[in-house]
Amino acid sequence: MSTTALDTQDAQDSRKTTGTAGRHAGGQQVTFPRVVHMEWIKLRSLRSTLYTLAITVALVIGFGLLFSSVVGSGDGPGEDDFGDPTSISLGGVMLAALAVAVLGVLMSAGEYATGSIRATLAAVPSRLPVLWGKVTVFAVVSFALMLVAVLGAFLAGQSVMSSRGLDTTSLSDPGVFRALAGAAVYLTGAGLIGLAVGVLLRNTAGAITLVVGALFVVPGLIQLLPSSWNDAIGPYLPSNAANAVMTVRTASDSLSPGSGLMVFASYIVVLLAGAAVLFKRRDA
Amino acid sequence: MIEVNNLSKRYGDKLAVDALSFTVRPGVVTGFLGPNGAGKSTTMRMVMGLDRPSSGTVRVNGRPYEQHKAPLQEIGALLEAKAIHPGRSAYNHLLALAASNGIGKQRVLEVIDMVGLTEVARKRAGGFSLGMGQRLGIASALLGDPHIVMLDEPVNGLDPEGVLWIRNLLKDLADQGRTVFVSSHLMTEMALIAEDLIVIGRGRLLSAGPLADFIAQSAGRSVRVQSPQAASLRDLLLGDGVSVSSSRPGVLDVQGLEAAEIGERAAAAGLVLHELFVQEASLEEAFMELTRDSVEYHATTAEFATVGRTNR
Repeated sequence: MSTTALDTQDAQDSRKTTGTAGRHAGGQQVTFPRVVHMEWIKLRSLRSTLYTLAITVALVIGFGLLFSSVVGSGDGPGEDDFGDPTSISLGGVMLAALAVAVLGVLMSAGEYATGSIRATLAAVPSRLPVLWGKVTVFAVVSFALMLVAVLGAFLAGQSVMSSRGLDTTSLSDPGVFRALAGAAVYLTGAGLIGLAVGVLLRNTAGAITLVVGALFVVPGLIQLLPSSWNDAIGPYLPSNAANAVMTVRTASDSLSPGSGLMVFASYIVVLLAGAAVLFKRRDA
Repeated sequence: MIEVNNLSKRYGDKLAVDALSFTVRPGVVTGFLGPNGAGKSTTMRMVMGLDRPSSGTVRVNGRPYEQHKAPLQEIGALLEAKAIHPGRSAYNHLLALAASNGIGKQRVLEVIDMVGLTEVARKRAGGFSLGMGQRLGIASALLGDPHIVMLDEPVNGLDPEGVLWIRNLLKDLADQGRTVFVSSHLMTEMALIAEDLIVIGRGRLLSAGPLADFIAQSAGRSVRVQSPQAASLRDLLLGDGVSVSSSRPGVLDVQGLEAAEIGERAAAAGLVLHELFVQEASLEEAFMELTRDSVEYHATTAEFATVGRTNR
């Protein structure tokens, strides 16, 4: 594959009429790793992105610590209201998901808002590698960072609860590591949903509203529906499906961790597929 | 080489580009002229594959732009100033674009230096003036050392020094054998830098060819004759395809006859001439002439459309 590509390159070089063009000879082609590299430079070169990632980590750990410190004290919720010690220390994940989802939207719709999408697509006119490059960079950076944040929140939270004489759990207990990885998957997935919706709507404010509504508002509204509806729809909502993956003790009205992961992943796949079709076809 | 073939672009009801065909050849600067809303930017966006044509094709160095393996080496474009995130530095913006095509950091620094942005390259682009934004756009166009350089209104927002710089840059690029395609609404600017000219109005091709031919062929070219026997001379010259007007007594502006022909006819008829000289139309006049026709044509069709609707 690479040999063929280089041959084509040589052919292109040989038909050049300008003497200067040879200066940068050799492999000036678009490859997927190079597009990923471009997206990585874009991500790391914006202060707003770095701040948002830092805030997300702070939310996961900060709120985890807060819940671990106050649970079961005074009139607040008791230990049992959270289900298990792991869930208490993951109390910040839902809020952090909001920040990650916004970051995902900014990564895609933000390029339309600033007009930089046109510079990007002029450099990579085949287009789709840009979308997959964004997905790759976002998924890798977000998952790595969120896994660290979630582990930090868990370990700090358990040690706080242990010092307060409450029940705790350890990483080696059944289901605990799966739940922590599930939380990182949820955070990353929320961002990918934001990224896909950002491509679909090409409008920052609209995309943020839609994603926040779908992930955080709709689950609350569904609970107001008759319970037969709620039971039928509720577990399949993206946030509830993801919740099934990140809790150690599966609730009776929830999907199993495996099905939850499948359902949550399906939302992401369908949205990204739709985004890819429109991204390829539409005027930039 | 850019080959545009029967290219159309429709936005809803509006036909922004209408069956446009032309070729931009390497080695010269080709000007792309047209009044606002003529479809220049839309055409350029279709060349870059940013807008999808409603019909027709564009070939960049022999194939659709998106099929090139090293796109930035084929064509570098400035389509709008500040196609950049305001929070990102010029250096990082260019570095990211370069990375996608495997272009090194050295070349990024080189183009930054070439456009004179070295001092501000590490600052947020949000604070850039329009002129600095133009320079950054030109830097990104030059990144891949491309065969084709395509610039949409490059002198916008530039100071006189910057305008001169662009002028020389474009000529140098063309002299190196590259294809240089530049749009502008500044006719005087085109007259200074362009060798070929493509003129469009309302999305349609009005003229394509060497700039000199464009001026020569335009109806604006006339011969001024001063004669004490102006009235007799007028009768003598009038005929098929010849029009004569007079701005003041004793002076005739003749269109449709060469100066030599006028002199010979006057001599044969024994008429005295005090002055005989060719008035070259300026590019500006030639351009106005062409686009006025296209505007009138469209105004008429619009009127018919209104009548049709009322009858229904």
